[in-house]
Amino acid sequence: MSPPVMVAMSGGVDSSVAAALLVEQGHQVVGVTLKLWGGTSDSGCCSVSDVDDARRVAQQLGIEHHVFNFGEHFDRHVVEPYVDAHAAGRTPNPCIECNRHVKFERLVTRARALGFDLVATGHHAAIVPDETVASADGEPVRRIGRGVDRAKDQSYVLHMLGQDQLRGLMLPIGHLTKEEVRAHARRLGLRTAAKPDSQDVCFITATGGRQVFLRDRMALTPGRVIDGDGRAVGRVDAVELVTIGQRKGLRAAGGGAPRYVTDIDLGTATVTVGPRSDLFVERTAITDLGWSHLPSSGPFVVQVSAHGPTASAVLEDDHLRWHEPHQRVAPGQSMVLYHDDQVMGGAVAA
Amino acid sequence: MGSAYLDNAATTPLSAAAADAMQAVIDARLGNPSGAHRLARRAQEVLDEAREVVADALGGPAGGVVFTGGGTEADNLAVRGVLGASGGLAVCPAAEHHAVLHPVQQANGRVVGLTTDGRVDLDRLAEALDPDVRVVSVMAVNNENGMIQPLEPIRELIDERAPAAVLHTDAVQGAPWLDLVAHTTPADLVSISAHKFGGPAGVGALLVRGDVELAPQLVGGGQERGRRAGTHNVAGIAGMAAALAATVGARRETGQRVGRLRDRLADALLAEVDDCVETGVRAAKVAGNCHLCFSGIESEALLFLLEQQEVYASAAASCSSGAQEPSHVLAAMGYPRQLAGGSLRLSLGPTTTEADVERAVAVIPPAVARLRERDPLQAP
Repeated sequence: MSPPVMVAMSGGVDSSVAAALLVEQGHQVVGVTLKLWGGTSDSGCCSVSDVDDARRVAQQLGIEHHVFNFGEHFDRHVVEPYVDAHAAGRTPNPCIECNRHVKFERLVTRARALGFDLVATGHHAAIVPDETVASADGEPVRRIGRGVDRAKDQSYVLHMLGQDQLRGLMLPIGHLTKEEVRAHARRLGLRTAAKPDSQDVCFITATGGRQVFLRDRMALTPGRVIDGDGRAVGRVDAVELVTIGQRKGLRAAGGGAPRYVTDIDLGTATVTVGPRSDLFVERTAITDLGWSHLPSSGPFVVQVSAHGPTASAVLEDDHLRWHEPHQRVAPGQSMVLYHDDQVMGGAVAA
Repeated sequence: MGSAYLDNAATTPLSAAAADAMQAVIDARLGNPSGAHRLARRAQEVLDEAREVVADALGGPAGGVVFTGGGTEADNLAVRGVLGASGGLAVCPAAEHHAVLHPVQQANGRVVGLTTDGRVDLDRLAEALDPDVRVVSVMAVNNENGMIQPLEPIRELIDERAPAAVLHTDAVQGAPWLDLVAHTTPADLVSISAHKFGGPAGVGALLVRGDVELAPQLVGGGQERGRRAGTHNVAGIAGMAAALAATVGARRETGQRVGRLRDRLADALLAEVDDCVETGVRAAKVAGNCHLCFSGIESEALLFLLEQQEVYASAAASCSSGAQEPSHVLAAMGYPRQLAGGSLRLSLGPTTTEADVERAVAVIPPAVARLRERDPLQAP
């Protein structure tokens, strides 16, 4: 009998189909939904109706379904750092921190303790053996590869997984396009077949946005916007919410070429804007460099946002040197290093 | 070895007496008891008889029995019914069931603390009482820790400090175990719920002693002397009465037998598991309650492992998503997170067997040890 698999079921179509395919493949499957957020939210993976969807799909598949309350863990490792990062003027990616600390640390620990050495999720990504590297213990070295559906590829938000986690991870839908996933859901009559994708951070409401969420949790500072010559050209409500490269929401005087945020000084609550050309840099300083196995050498294909474009760079000491001048990366953003379509590691823009 | 159902405080299996009584009502194709013909009168007769059974078991007049759709409705009717009829303030201890606690809190009532052994802190209760108070609600038996709360001292405090107040007791968890006539004498209002003593879910009653005025929370056809509108669930009420009569008849023997099983269960677990605390005071608990805290683990993981071994139990209340929430009862008793996070309520009932207990004794210690090693409580 194949070993039991614990499937993280958010109540969305991807994880529903992930669970269904594992059942069809003959695995012994238990579904779990993580209760992460008790506050108000109208999107994402935390609402009671999403739990209902996950539970009903599990019932339909004939598997047991449990809810784990990781709310405290989520507060501590995702929400609080998210607020802290904004307060420090960085641009955090809470989905990465959730994957890092909640799904692939807390849940994997829990799953193993409960007798499940395998955990599956509905991410659009693949686990691929890297045959170019020999491993010490006979187990192949595994890498996160891109999902077949490039528009939905989630390898970026899984980049931090190490060999120990990859060994016990299954990504049953990474080889499918979103349309194929939905087709499976329709074929099986799953109630999530036509459910819209979640797009946003699950604890931020679409109506209130970041500002409403953050203003209850930190001081937001109104700031002035100046151009490269120091002339005041606009205002912002919260300098902490401004991101390098941002163009909209600066209440800048109209006319002329588009201007982009090129610098943010929290101390003086000043945002500097300039032409797009001011955004381009030769190199980007990094921190928190990590590897999926052993350190690799470049050149790397680097991706700096979940579904953004890629660029070539080499690693030099504490920075990445771009092959061609690259738009500045907002401090706090994850920078994922690929060889071809496989994740070698990642770092955070300093 | 089969499975071990140790969650009788959540719900009990339907007793044969209840099932037979309900089937008889269903088979008889009775009318609506509010109707005017013979079949209606036969239904009315079932209600009248059930009302007397409930009144006798609780110690009150048959005319004081208000049939409800369960314990929560009875509790809501007591708190909101009194406040609605007479205004004023509600007071309750912090470990009440949410069916009392939430109505009291929503009415801006006063919530008072507990002692660490799970009893009402009478000094703090006294401080909360004054002539503005109209209803005091104190459960006869706590649903988590199983502690029996004597009501006489509470009655005395009320008479002394809040003479306008009535005393309500949620006896939902007491009904399977206590002589409610004796135990609830000091109370004006008493709630019970059928499915806690072998009756069907969705049926309960509020006993009203004396002339307590209640504002109905459901209005319509004027059933239950205008205190609770809505067509009666005749089969369910017959099932409740039959289950209650059977419970009362067997109560002494059941309590002794189950008490011995509980002692074996609790003693074995306390002996075999380090850093395990039994809440409250055993001698002051109902016979079916075994409530333990295992330091350093999380209840939801423990329940998962127990379920895999077919041992079915509870921790604290679950929220609407099904996730485990921290216990408000243990918080009220001052338990630290390290202990409260690993609470386990094993609740025994009339159908519990020695084999159930032995299964739990075999399964729980290794499960706790496994979690302590591999999935310890995450310190906040």
